[in-house]
This record gives sequence, C-alpha cells and structure tokens, in this order.
Amino acid sequence: MSLTETTPQTHAADSLFRRNLAMFAANRLAMASAVVVVLFVVMAIFAPWIAPHDPNETDLFRRLQPPGWAPGGEWAYLLGCDALGRDILSRIIYGARISIFIGLAVIVVATMIGILAGLASGYLRGWVDVVISRIVDILLGFPYLIFAIGLMAMMGPGLWNIILALAYKEWVIPARVVRGETLATRELEYVEAARALGASRWHIMLREILPNILSPVIVVSTIRMAHVIILEASLSFLGLGVQPPTASWGSMVADGRAFILEAWWVSTFPGLAILLLVLAINVASQGLRDAFDPRFAE
Amino acid sequence: MSLLTVENLSKHYEGRRSLVERLTGVPQTVVRAVNGIDLTVEKGEILGLIGESGCGKSTLGRAILRLHEPTTGKVTFDGTDVTALDAAGLKAMRRRMQIIFQDPYASLNPRRTVAQIVGLPLKLHGLAQTDDEARAIVARICERVGLKANQLDRYPHQFSGGQRQRIGIARALVSNPEFIVCDEPVSALDVSIQAQIIALLLELKREMGLTYLFISHDISVIGYLADRVAVMYLGEIVEMGPVEAILANPRHPYTQSLMSAVPEVDHAGRRARVRLAGDLPSPLNPPAGCKFHTRCPLAVEACRSRAPVTETVGPGHSAACHRLAENLSLLEGTPA
Repeated sequence: MSLTETTPQTHAADSLFRRNLAMFAANRLAMASAVVVVLFVVMAIFAPWIAPHDPNETDLFRRLQPPGWAPGGEWAYLLGCDALGRDILSRIIYGARISIFIGLAVIVVATMIGILAGLASGYLRGWVDVVISRIVDILLGFPYLIFAIGLMAMMGPGLWNIILALAYKEWVIPARVVRGETLATRELEYVEAARALGASRWHIMLREILPNILSPVIVVSTIRMAHVIILEASLSFLGLGVQPPTASWGSMVADGRAFILEAWWVSTFPGLAILLLVLAINVASQGLRDAFDPRFAE
Repeated sequence: MSLLTVENLSKHYEGRRSLVERLTGVPQTVVRAVNGIDLTVEKGEILGLIGESGCGKSTLGRAILRLHEPTTGKVTFDGTDVTALDAAGLKAMRRRMQIIFQDPYASLNPRRTVAQIVGLPLKLHGLAQTDDEARAIVARICERVGLKANQLDRYPHQFSGGQRQRIGIARALVSNPEFIVCDEPVSALDVSIQAQIIALLLELKREMGLTYLFISHDISVIGYLADRVAVMYLGEIVEMGPVEAILANPRHPYTQSLMSAVPEVDHAGRRARVRLAGDLPSPLNPPAGCKFHTRCPLAVEACRSRAPVTETVGPGHSAACHRLAENLSLLEGTPA
C-alpha cells in the first residue's frame, strides 16, 4: 500500500490572503475608493509640497474671497479664502493631516487595547470576562460624543487629549469583536492541541487564536476609522479639538458658519472633504469586509 | 506496574443557573459525562475504548490528559499522580502524554505551516538547541509519517484529510511521548485512508514503543488493533476485557447489542440482530439503577432500582450486570 495520497493541486504562494486580495481588487467601486483614501493620505504626508500657500498666512485684503471660477475670485486661490484671508485649499490639505493622523492613532490604540481585552475576556473567561464585559457594557451605554466632550472638558484641548478621549471608548468595539471570535475559536481542536502540547495561555492567545481572528478585527477597525474622523471633526467643530490656528476640517466648518449666507465656500469645501474621505473609507472597508470575511457578504 | 492507572475518575459539568433560578431553589443541573471510571493501561498495549456518540469516551480521554480538569478521581502515569501536578509539572508531563484528534480539519491551525505545527512541541519543551536541529527533527518525523520534505512549508489547507491526519500524528510524536490518546483518529477519513492511517499507527507503536488509548465507535477498528477493550455506556464502563474475549463472548447486553450491529460477510453463521429501542438517555437525567435498563431487553425489577457491581467473568474480563449469573446471550437468544 502506498503511503502517499494524491496531493491537491496547490502552490506554496496560494495563500488565503492572496485570494482575498484578488477578490478585493475585483471590486471596482471599493478599489476606486481605496485609491481616493490613498490620495488623501499622500496629500496629508506631502502637504508642504502640495499646498499652494501657507495655510496660516492671513491676508485681510483677501477676506472671504470667492473661489477661482466665481466673479471676484482668483485662480491662485482655487477654493477661495476664509474670514482671515487664508487659502481654503491649503487649509484643507493641511487639515487632512489632523483628520488622518487622529483617525489612525485612535484606531491603532483602540484596536491594541481591544485585542488584549477581548482575548483575555474570551479565552480566560471567569471573573476576567465578567469585569471586562461589564466595563464594555457601561461604556457602550454612554453617548459617544457626550462622553468625549466630558473627557475633553476635563483634560483640556490638544492633539493627544483628543486621541485619548476618543480611544477611551473606541476600544470597546474591537474588544467585543475579538471576544466573540475568541469564544468561537477557543473551542477548536487546534487550540486544544496547543494546550495538550503544553503551550502557555499567552502562546495560545497571541500565537494560535489571534492570527485566525485578525481579518474581522482589521475590517471592523477600518470601518470605525471613518466614525472616528467624523467624531474628531465634531469635536473640532465644537471648539474642543485642535486649537487654532492649526487647520482642522471640523473647525473650518465652524469658522464659516457665521458667513454661510454670504460666503458659502468657507464651510462647504471642508465639509465636502470630510464627506469624501469618510465615504471613501466606508466603501473601501465594506469591500475589504466582503473580501476578507465572506460570512458578511450577501 | 501499569503505565497508566485511572481510579474513580469523574467529569461532571454543572449547568448555568440564573440568579432568579438560584434564589427560587431551582436545582443545579449536572451532566455526568464521565462517572467513576476505573481502568489501567499496561505499557505497550492498545486499550480500545468503545461506545456510542455522547457516552463520554472523548471526555474520558481528555480528562486523563487534564485537557478537561477531572471533577474527582486520580490518574497515575508511570508512578506520578497527574491529577496533583502543578502547572510546571503538567507541562513536563505533556511531553510524555499526547493526543491525536478526530477532525484533521479542525486540529491544525490554518495560519501555520507544517514545520511550525510539528515543530511547536520542540519549541515549547526546548527539545532542540538550534532552529536547524528542530527543522531536521521535524523533517525526520514528517518523512516517517509519510509526508515529503518539500511539503514542510505548506499550510494545512493544501493537504487532503489523510495527509492532515499524518501531520497531526507527527505533531503528537515529535516530542517522543510514551502514551497517546487516539481520539477517533480515523472516523473522519475515507475507508481506504483509514486502513493506511491504522497501519501507520501500528508501525509507529512498534518502532517507538508506544502505548495507545484508542477511542472509537467502530467495533471492527477496535477488534483489529486493540489488545484489550473497554465498553462505555453513559459515562460508565460496563464491560472490559481482552479483545478476543469481548468479541467471542460478550457478557454485557449492551456489548452484545454492539456486536450484533457489526456487518458480517459469512451468512451461514449469521447472528441474531439486536435492536435497541430508543436513544441514549440524557446524561443530564440518567436512569436510576443500571443506566442501561431503559433500553435493555433483559431488564428486570432489580435493574431499575440498584446499580450493578462490576464482577469478574473471566481472566481479565469483567462486566457490570445483574443477570451475569444467568449467562444469557442476546446473540443466540438462548443461554450460552
């Protein structure tokens, strides 16, 4: 009797990840959205080279100057100027830095905390699970924005304080996803096999379970990043965000509020920037979800 | 001295009660998955553990390895009380006691390569000084179980079920253990592959001097490879003995009904077919007295009230039944 069975037709490079990536690439709308997101990121990184003017340079002669194509506009100031005569396009380009940096930082911090908390509560169970799950339930009960406003009021404004204020609550989202996935995965035989071989809890949580539940976590985190960007804009709109004169989309919308009837462009363009980035992240992340987590696909 | 001694081992699962249920005095529900098992396994033998789905045979195998913490009882392996070991002692013991799982699709981590999966025990127990040495050990054992050297860096999904089971066997054997719990290792495989894996397990046992506790629901598999057989019903062992004695002269009515279910080629000596009524009773609410009485064709009044004690019925052969003395056999319909 031969000891070798027929080998299924496979190549070493034929990993699950590549198949998923190909599936994502085939989704044109998601691909286009991903390109838009990448453009925003490039814009944020290379802002000093891309922006036509200094975003903080005021020129009272250009106060509320209309966009380039409107009567009284100048093509050098494509999207017009705000109440202090600052170039709106340049401020939007620099503002992308704040939105994307805060969005990324909050998601990275929140996802790391969420993964640890979710793994601990899902794998260790018992009192650890009770404590973490109760904290998650309590945090979920607070309205997000009010919670963040309260924290900002306590800590005072500032870039790092915004990140902290948002991450304080944001971690419960990945934590719940990780806990659920861990509960399902811990019962699988390969986890039991690792225990039978003498692996420690840490090894099992981080090396056996985590790599297998990462896809849904990454997908949820990208979707949440869009929410975080909106929240940051909301805080900035309320004056609790990054302090002037630093350009932030939310505070730019707030600045234009007073002149919305005579100078619509001051609020509208930063608002459109928020809309476009958030929409692109949402569509791209839904494409990611469909490709990497087929359970959610219709 | 026996290699493995199991004394009065039980594994009970307590049901969850809500606060309201606790306060109103709703009784605690307990699933007695494994209930007071005594058995021994001699060095170098294969003890076959047989029973239908849900009788607790897998739970028993896992409780022996402390993968499921036993509720009561004692497991002694080579003179060491396994149930009393602390974390460090248990880890050291895990090198010597291993398990091969039923489902070769669920038992291998899909994100790790064959080399990583099989090499894990070496890493955990520090059995290789260098990565190269570990790789060489992994390559040797993989080749021994019938995998090719160029397959070491592949992922489990690139293999067939039989090959995956070979990976699982390599992982269990790489740390040079002495005792292996085989938890239905061939039930999930095609019949042709089953024969290959059984042949491999027997060869490896001979070469490495292994001892197996072989769990199965398939009498023909157990009959082929086991030295001794233990028959389990609802968390208890109802009959145990040398494989020849169990196959030729089963004494417990449950064992007899299992035997009658084995398909036969020889039509001339056809045995009577015993059909058991109903399903396995719920271990949540097991019958009083002899647990088999609800389905036993021979049940009498005593079976409903008193649990039978285990009696010796032959050399190394014991059974637990009230009607052993009458020497009844369901297989011929007349006293044997």
